[in-house]
Amino acid sequence: MAKKSVPYSDAPINASLSSDEKIELLRTMVRIRRFEQAALKAYNENNIGGFLHLYIGQESVAVGGISLLGENDHVITAYRDHGHALAVGMGMNECMAELYGKKTGCSKGKGGSMHYFAPDKNYWGGHGIVAGQTPLGAGIAFALKYRNLTGCCLCYLGDGAINQGSYHEALNLASLWELPVVYIIENNGYSMGTSQVRSSAHPEGGLAARADAYEIAWDKFDGVSLYEIRAKVQTAIDRAHKESKPSVLEILTYRYKGHSVADANAEKYRSKEEIQRYMTEHDPIENWKATLIGEGVLTEENYKVIQREAAAEADASAEFARKSPFPDESEIFDDVYWEVDNRTASGTTGRHFFHG
Amino acid sequence: MPREITYREALKEALDEELAHDENVVIIGEEVAEYNGAYKVTEGLWKKWGSKRLIDAPISEAGFIGIGIGASMLGVRPVMELMFYSFAYVAFDQMMNNAAAVRYMSGGLIHCPIVVRGPANGGTNVGATHSHTPENIFANMPGLKVVSPSHPIDAKGLLKSAIRDNDPVYFMESTVLYGTKGLVPANEELEGGELLIPLGKADVKREGTDISLIAHGRAVLTCLAAAEILESQHQISAEVVDLRSIRPLDEETIMASVRKTHRAIYVEENKPFCGIGAQISSMIMEQAFDDLDAPVLRIASADAPAIYSPPLEKMQLPVPEEVVARALTLF
Amino acid sequence: MASYLKMPKLSDTMTEGVLAKWLKKEGDTVSIDEDVAEVETDKATMAMQSFDEGILHKIYVKEGESVPLGAHLALILAEGEEPPANVDQPPAVATAPAENQGVAPTKATSSTAAIPTPVSVAAVTAPVVAAAATVSTETTRIKASPLARKLAREHGIDLGQVIGTGPGGRIVKNDVDTAAAAPAGGGGSLGLLPRAQAKANQTIPLSNIRRVIAQRLLESKTTIPHFYLHIEVDTEPLMALREQVNAASVGSGGPKYTVNDFVMRGLVLAIGSVPGVNASFQGDSILQYGEVHLAVAVAIEAGLVTPVIRSAQSKSIRELSEELKALAGKAREKKLTPNEMTGGTITISNLGAYGISHFDAIINPPQAAILSVGTILKQPVVNDQGQIVPGQRMNIGLSGDHRVVDGAVGAQFLSELKRFLETPVLLIS
Repeated sequence: MAKKSVPYSDAPINASLSSDEKIELLRTMVRIRRFEQAALKAYNENNIGGFLHLYIGQESVAVGGISLLGENDHVITAYRDHGHALAVGMGMNECMAELYGKKTGCSKGKGGSMHYFAPDKNYWGGHGIVAGQTPLGAGIAFALKYRNLTGCCLCYLGDGAINQGSYHEALNLASLWELPVVYIIENNGYSMGTSQVRSSAHPEGGLAARADAYEIAWDKFDGVSLYEIRAKVQTAIDRAHKESKPSVLEILTYRYKGHSVADANAEKYRSKEEIQRYMTEHDPIENWKATLIGEGVLTEENYKVIQREAAAEADASAEFARKSPFPDESEIFDDVYWEVDNRTASGTTGRHFFHG
Repeated sequence: MPREITYREALKEALDEELAHDENVVIIGEEVAEYNGAYKVTEGLWKKWGSKRLIDAPISEAGFIGIGIGASMLGVRPVMELMFYSFAYVAFDQMMNNAAAVRYMSGGLIHCPIVVRGPANGGTNVGATHSHTPENIFANMPGLKVVSPSHPIDAKGLLKSAIRDNDPVYFMESTVLYGTKGLVPANEELEGGELLIPLGKADVKREGTDISLIAHGRAVLTCLAAAEILESQHQISAEVVDLRSIRPLDEETIMASVRKTHRAIYVEENKPFCGIGAQISSMIMEQAFDDLDAPVLRIASADAPAIYSPPLEKMQLPVPEEVVARALTLF
Repeated sequence: MASYLKMPKLSDTMTEGVLAKWLKKEGDTVSIDEDVAEVETDKATMAMQSFDEGILHKIYVKEGESVPLGAHLALILAEGEEPPANVDQPPAVATAPAENQGVAPTKATSSTAAIPTPVSVAAVTAPVVAAAATVSTETTRIKASPLARKLAREHGIDLGQVIGTGPGGRIVKNDVDTAAAAPAGGGGSLGLLPRAQAKANQTIPLSNIRRVIAQRLLESKTTIPHFYLHIEVDTEPLMALREQVNAASVGSGGPKYTVNDFVMRGLVLAIGSVPGVNASFQGDSILQYGEVHLAVAVAIEAGLVTPVIRSAQSKSIRELSEELKALAGKAREKKLTPNEMTGGTITISNLGAYGISHFDAIINPPQAAILSVGTILKQPVVNDQGQIVPGQRMNIGLSGDHRVVDGAVGAQFLSELKRFLETPVLLIS
């Protein structure tokens, strides 16, 4: 009980934050939102193909967790991956250009919205198949442990992923082999258009409580406050670093937009009022802004500047993407085989491609 | 002096040597460590290399194959064993999406130096679920490499190359071949001190002038037996081409053989529909049409799920007599 | 600043949308992210938000109207802003992603030629046509392997003249090699042709038809006591008549009769006079047929077949001629029914077309006689006045089963046949 009364802002990981660092966290969240809005506009204008899964409303989950990571800590996530990408430090230009299918995109236009990667920033994607990334997250943790590195892998997943077999196989192996992986369930309440009660049988304690079955430590908490997210994810990271053990965290959050753009959203499976309630009462950016103003770290004026700069950056990224060239046809066959790309003996022996 | 060793021992030598060659090589699979391998391919390796390098996985293919793929992205070189390649189907998303496409989808930022090996064969009375031969299915996917050795020397040389390759290599063996013997040179008699057979190089296992029997895996042995019969009973000189590596594919050797003999049959233990033979025969038609003196034939496993009944199962797979009979229709 | 509300792309497959409902009317204020209309896509009906704020000045699309992506739906003006001159007419819609610059990939820009560009049709077809010219005599598709075709082109060999020994009579490399090695029919420099290369013996598997021929004829020649007779026929009147008949027939769209047609008719008439040759040895009796079912030897790719003209005794030369043509055609296409190949009572074999002057055929069991018809030869003959003059003769042989037909009967038959052929008007009357 005594523990609960301690404000999350006083947790060591938060207490040590400088004012600049706090503002940077805000800036990152605002940049994510502005990027997503610009992406939606570009999609509506038919500049983007396929799917577009927006992160608006969930910004604190990616930013809070990723802000804690060190040199040997890694991130992997599912297809709603733009927020994590910007949080690890990827640029708006390369991310927006990827949506436009341009050569200047982070994956040279080969991956699209669901498949962003930045291994140099310890970011391993960006995975399109629900829960397909959960064994990979355990594998990254396996590699860290195998190579005697003190690190961990934050493996994000949606609440819709917890019913996939691969997630459970990954949990079992992570526990059995004591892998330093932190599974973060971003629980936005809906697996596409199906609400939780209609999709997941689970203990009263929450989706994360299924971890009990694998003897994995778990926690469930609200995702509106960056302080709380940072404090609790840090606990799991410490467990990974110090004990080489996995954790499962369930963070309650909400997406304002549909599952993807092609989603009737409010009309089909949730009410307008519900969305409005979250927007006014549970917005992570508003929450953090209020916190920082309360702490005297931020002024309304500063905030407007941050908003304006983020909007300008997002608009500029759309302009950059628009002006960028499409990949050349010849690039279709690049990046399929490492050995071919690097023109090694292996890559130049035998026929690798069979078109034409 | 080349020693006569089994296909199984050849694989084990390759694993043992690669464990020594690179500390990032780790062997993961069901029963690979303490149990010494379901088919004893890894026998003795756990005792020699310990629990860090040989890891027993629970029966959880999607999970442990996915972990191997994830680990390979960070530079570990996992050699995963599937007790049967049939079990690849429960790890299909990991093998087909993640291992195969992550390099492409990341625009070349990531690669997966992983080997997934295990027996992919029918003919052992284990029914349809344990008799799959998915070489065509995986070779269909750009980004993957598929290898299927027929002889001990190839098993060793190709597995070592596969482990050193920086792309995912799916290495398909045969429980029926594990006990077969063949000459494999000792390292000390080799230039460079070790046996490395490149992927993408076919091997002419028998020279001939009248017809090319092209095959991979155990079907190569079927072709060699058929070639003997064709020679002794029908005065037909058959050449036997062993692909060894299906993707990448050595089309030069195939076409050179067809241009010499003017007749070709592809023999495989795979199912016929969209099988490897379908691909090869199409390529022959496109590239060597004017060299053909007869249509290219394909012989595959009977087009039904693998039957259990032992005498009938023998009839499902290609036998030398069938190859001979079909070959005679081309003359 | 004035801005247009445009039909948004709201799904991955959407190409047009229906403006289901306006949630704002002209003159209303709109703010960013505010719902202004409902749009029905191919997947669902969804709210559409504004990206701009201001006054909804003008609506261009009525409720229920379907418009393409990017179509201008309404004009939004900032507060106090003057409407543009063309306020009643929305700007034309650019085709979808026109605003999205960057060089769209085209096949023509391929630099590494990773994907082969299509070759023009003319370039592909030209050599094919040229190649076809060398096998112009093919009336039907000749079965030949691709390699055989290529070699035939290279050697300038007409595949129509090559006998196929491959499966199903396919012409294979070996057949073309053999044809190429044979003396050329007029081309080639004297003495400079390379010597034919020695070839390995070739084992040719027995086809079914060949197996039957072997078996039946061995049985015939070893169990039937053959005897042979020959007679010479003066064909001068026959050829003269044939010329007249053909001139008349072809002129009126009828068939052109062959010498063989006349011989068939003569044979039928001769049997009328000497029925003993139209018979069969039955072990303890002789079966003399009441009708003439005339078997005719026809050479096809795979061997020899003998289709049967039923009740030939009651057919005119025209009927005989047409029926034989039909049967021979079916024989070449391998479409003869078993019924059309059995039940013959006597057989006629004609090798005249090959220049054979005379020969002795093997009896087609269980028949007792077969006629061997040779070619018509121009030769010196002694006329009734004892003079040697140019004439023409055809040799016809009869192979008889001595168990059924004696020499005298066979001779009577041939003599009767000669009479008919030398008085050919009898054949057509």
